[in-house]
Amino acid sequence: MLAHAIFFYFFSILAIFSALMVITSRSTVNSVFFLILDFISVGCLFIMVGAEFLGMILLIVYVGAVAVLFLFVVMMLNVAQQKQSWFIGQKSTHIPSGLIVSVLIFLELLVVTGGWKYKKDVMSSSNLIIDTSITNTHSIGSVMYTDYVLYFQLSGIILLLSMVGAIILTYRKRENVKTQSYLKQISRDKSSAVSLKDVEFNKGVKIDD
Amino acid sequence: MDNLITLFNEVYKILYLVIPILVSVAMIVWLDRRVWGLVQKRKGPNVVGPFGLFQTLADALKYIFKEIIIPAGANKTIFILAPIITMTLALVAWAVIPLSETMVLSDINVGILYLFAISSLGVYGIIMGGWASNSKYPFLGAIRSAAQMVSYEVSIGIIIINVLLCVGSLNLNDIVMAQKNLWYVIPLFPMFVVFFISALAETNRPPFDLPEAEAELVAGYQTEYSGMMYAMFWLGEYANILLMCAMGSILFLGGWLPPIDIYPINLVPAPFWMIFKILFLFILFAIIKAIVPRYRYDQLMRLGWKVFLPLSLIYVVLTASFLLYFDKLPKGAF
Repeated sequence: MLAHAIFFYFFSILAIFSALMVITSRSTVNSVFFLILDFISVGCLFIMVGAEFLGMILLIVYVGAVAVLFLFVVMMLNVAQQKQSWFIGQKSTHIPSGLIVSVLIFLELLVVTGGWKYKKDVMSSSNLIIDTSITNTHSIGSVMYTDYVLYFQLSGIILLLSMVGAIILTYRKRENVKTQSYLKQISRDKSSAVSLKDVEFNKGVKIDD
Repeated sequence: MDNLITLFNEVYKILYLVIPILVSVAMIVWLDRRVWGLVQKRKGPNVVGPFGLFQTLADALKYIFKEIIIPAGANKTIFILAPIITMTLALVAWAVIPLSETMVLSDINVGILYLFAISSLGVYGIIMGGWASNSKYPFLGAIRSAAQMVSYEVSIGIIIINVLLCVGSLNLNDIVMAQKNLWYVIPLFPMFVVFFISALAETNRPPFDLPEAEAELVAGYQTEYSGMMYAMFWLGEYANILLMCAMGSILFLGGWLPPIDIYPINLVPAPFWMIFKILFLFILFAIIKAIVPRYRYDQLMRLGWKVFLPLSLIYVVLTASFLLYFDKLPKGAF
């Protein structure tokens, strides 16, 4: 139990610390690294609660894929931005819009938490039956594909839509781009690639290309 | 006092796992170079110790005594962290690999997800190293490598789903036990091939060693590293390769199960079979390194996204419909 408490406080302090560092650190790359640390420590907290499936999925999806792309973008931006002096010297012009968004989020949080009532011993007094004989992967699967199948499908459609949207936004058809067709390359044979010509002296030969 | 005893016990168990892995990584580097030499009709390393077995130890000693140079423009913290992360992640994943039914450090419920998560974190060592070096070649190498690893992880994930559909559990020992009658390499052979090639790409091995393509990028993300830090990258890479081989043998080759369960063969202890299969896969890795030319970058991306991803998705549908139609879906809660 002692070890459990030590690990819990370790990971939760790490999570809060790295969340703070995300918004306070000067370099954008450092804040992405702290964001990754935050994801990892939250994933560890999930695992400590017993939600090992959620924790692992968090690691795989957010740390393994999303944060890599984040880091990618930020590293590219950073190289360009650090060369320009306005990035370091001038003050940011995004403060008013940032303030509005943060105030809105704060109000939303107030609304959500204001509705809560503090109850002692929720776990023992609630009617929730927790079956410890099955793993939580199995239990998530058994409700996700039965009771919540519509929500599950809906979220899938939203993800698909956002993917299509992202592709449409970034796709541009470029002209005069030379591409290789593997089929064409492979299906070339001697008769279509090599031809024998009798070359007359001092005249040369024209080959269609 | 009791706590201390359990602590020491755990540390002992971890060391009992980590030290053999480090030693076998050293041996595997020797094996790799040896196989490489044999394919090219050379002798390979054969001077230091019997059969050149101590070559890697000699190399490691050389690296230890070399000076560690940190470039002036580098981000010092991240530059030093990168090889440490690569090495740690490569070793940490071994905690769930079962060498027999009981010989496993921690037999967790979501073992395969853990392995997948750790192998997808491996990309950070490379990105961090490449970015922190603050130099062109490492950065290009890191970007190439990140794109490559993320792409091939997708198909590895879907291949894992194929196996999980047949098993019905995420536990590695359950996956091994489910192959008692038939190794999955037989019904899922195309997936085994795709997994093997994706594993080559995931570990940046030839023919997919674009991140460190020496002809274009000097040494890719390792260019600025020297001494022990370079050696750590190198050890981490080989530990990752071994890990991928272990993953392949657990998912497709029946893990620690003997090939046939008859009298004289099943007397051989289980860890032997596991090690044998890992070595078998590793020798395939080594031979491929010697015989296949490097891919071009667009070919690599095409292979990952346009060939492997649709292929493995179709195979998921096929496996699922086969299991559903013949009522062979794994039953019961694990």
